[in-house]
Amino acid sequence: MLRSPSGVIGLIILLLAISIAVFGPMLFPNSPWRMVQRPFLPPFTLSAVPLGTDALGRDVFAGMIFGARVSLLVGLVSTFVALVLGVPIGAMAGYFGGKVDDALMRFTEFFQTIPSFALAIVLVAILQPSIYSIVASIAVVSWPPVARLVRGEVLSLRTREYVQAAVVTGQSNTWIILREILPNALSPVIVLASLMVATAILLESSLSFLGLGDPNLISWGYMVGAGRTVIRQAWWITVFPGVAILISVLGLNLIGEGLNDALNPRLSREGR
Amino acid sequence: MLSFIAQRVLKGVIVLLAIVVLNFVLIRLAPGDPAVVMAGEAGASDQVFVKQLREKFGLDKPLPEQLFIYVKGIVTLDLGFSFRQQAPVSKLILERLPATLLLTLTAFAISLTLGILFGTCAARFAGTWLDTAVTIFALIFYAMPLFWVALMGILLFSVTVDWLPSFGYETVGGNYTGFARVIDVAKHLIMPAMTLGLFFMATYTRMTRASMLEVKRLDFVKTARAKGLSDAVIQRRHVLRNALLPVVTLAGVHSGTLIGGAVITETVFAWPGIGRLMYDALLQRDYNLLLGVFVICSAMVLIFNLITDLVYRLVDPRIEFAS
Repeated sequence: MLRSPSGVIGLIILLLAISIAVFGPMLFPNSPWRMVQRPFLPPFTLSAVPLGTDALGRDVFAGMIFGARVSLLVGLVSTFVALVLGVPIGAMAGYFGGKVDDALMRFTEFFQTIPSFALAIVLVAILQPSIYSIVASIAVVSWPPVARLVRGEVLSLRTREYVQAAVVTGQSNTWIILREILPNALSPVIVLASLMVATAILLESSLSFLGLGDPNLISWGYMVGAGRTVIRQAWWITVFPGVAILISVLGLNLIGEGLNDALNPRLSREGR
Repeated sequence: MLSFIAQRVLKGVIVLLAIVVLNFVLIRLAPGDPAVVMAGEAGASDQVFVKQLREKFGLDKPLPEQLFIYVKGIVTLDLGFSFRQQAPVSKLILERLPATLLLTLTAFAISLTLGILFGTCAARFAGTWLDTAVTIFALIFYAMPLFWVALMGILLFSVTVDWLPSFGYETVGGNYTGFARVIDVAKHLIMPAMTLGLFFMATYTRMTRASMLEVKRLDFVKTARAKGLSDAVIQRRHVLRNALLPVVTLAGVHSGTLIGGAVITETVFAWPGIGRLMYDALLQRDYNLLLGVFVICSAMVLIFNLITDLVYRLVDPRIEFAS
């Protein structure tokens, strides 16, 4: 991973974003909701509010720092929940085969057919916008690829000799899946997960942009959405948070590529 | 081939029915008693009216029977009534559907054409500055949030240089007819379609490039070269044709994302399609309309998937229709 330049750049971006999310609010305790200056203060005019203020005189820079928390948290947690949903479904389908496989895969395909963003909108709207409903709906729309990937891996690993050896020694199905098969199916799942975090951040920001964000938490998508109506007077309110989203997503995608090169040497870099 | 289509249509109908059932469950999950909500939306919430509504929509009946009524309604294209807009949901959607189709299909055509073009160029000149430039741009476009691209487009092309209109389907009060109207709509269409297409263009570029580099190494390409065919012919007839298969698959998979993107794009550009309708329904908490749009979006994705499946089988003769 450290040998691929894109992976290293991605890792630096991610570490930077995480440290901003963790330590930023301690270093810049300005509340992103508080009015600190006159509204529509252009950026780079006052060093106290380097990126200017929005329509209500709130600090854009503070919003970006606090927004990092929401974006990364939602991205990581919803991906984790999607893995918790997708891995067991895929593992069971691949391991047991037959009717179980058929039933689980039809179920998975069903969720894959539904337009995911539309479903996420409907779910958040019905469950009422909050950080929990956002995480839940992103997880609900993003687990199917995990299940399919894990199923494929399990299908090919199931017939390996060391798995059969475990069957012969009388190990339980759960033990075999957890201890023998899944650890060997991990690397493609890790690659997929890093790309899923990126997609989840994009989804969260799109939901917040449409006004479906958690009303108590500032997020990058919300900031862009709030600045949308005044874009002709104050470009900075929409430009900066968008750049933050772009950079974080780009970083995660680069990490995904780097991990893919490192963990799946079969797909050489030339082929990508 | 016919039996294949019949089979796929049947499967699609089953999935659609399942989506309708899911929809029914979601409606019941929506906060508040539907009859009270509807009465509130209609502007009168006295007990008699609520009771009337409950009887009219069968809300006093047991759940399985309610489900049956709901499914029966959808089969006859009755998606319920929007009290906010004072019109049947199906009518509202049908009015808006052409605009969405125009937008999504244009975006799809742009993204596929440019994506294949750029991907081919990058693969053809792999390792050169052109390849690097295309790859970096594709990476960046791939990571940009759609709503932000839309706003940056407006900032650049409408605010800074004033080349393109920033909202709407046509000039309000323009009263253009004939060819002038086509031009007017096209002007309004360029920016939304480019915005929506950009992400997919980046995806297809990456996919085409990767796939072409992979096909290039295969034996039949060497054979073609040994036969003395020109490089252009090999690239076009042998490499590109085979490399496009995964791109077609991806296009099918992406139809749902395309519809989701239309919601954002139509919202930002005030494009009068069903995506914008969904946003309005969202703002007004008009659940009937929201879920109606959701069912139609799902149906569109199913149809699109069926079409890409057919195209895939036409492009790749190795896949048999019988399966």
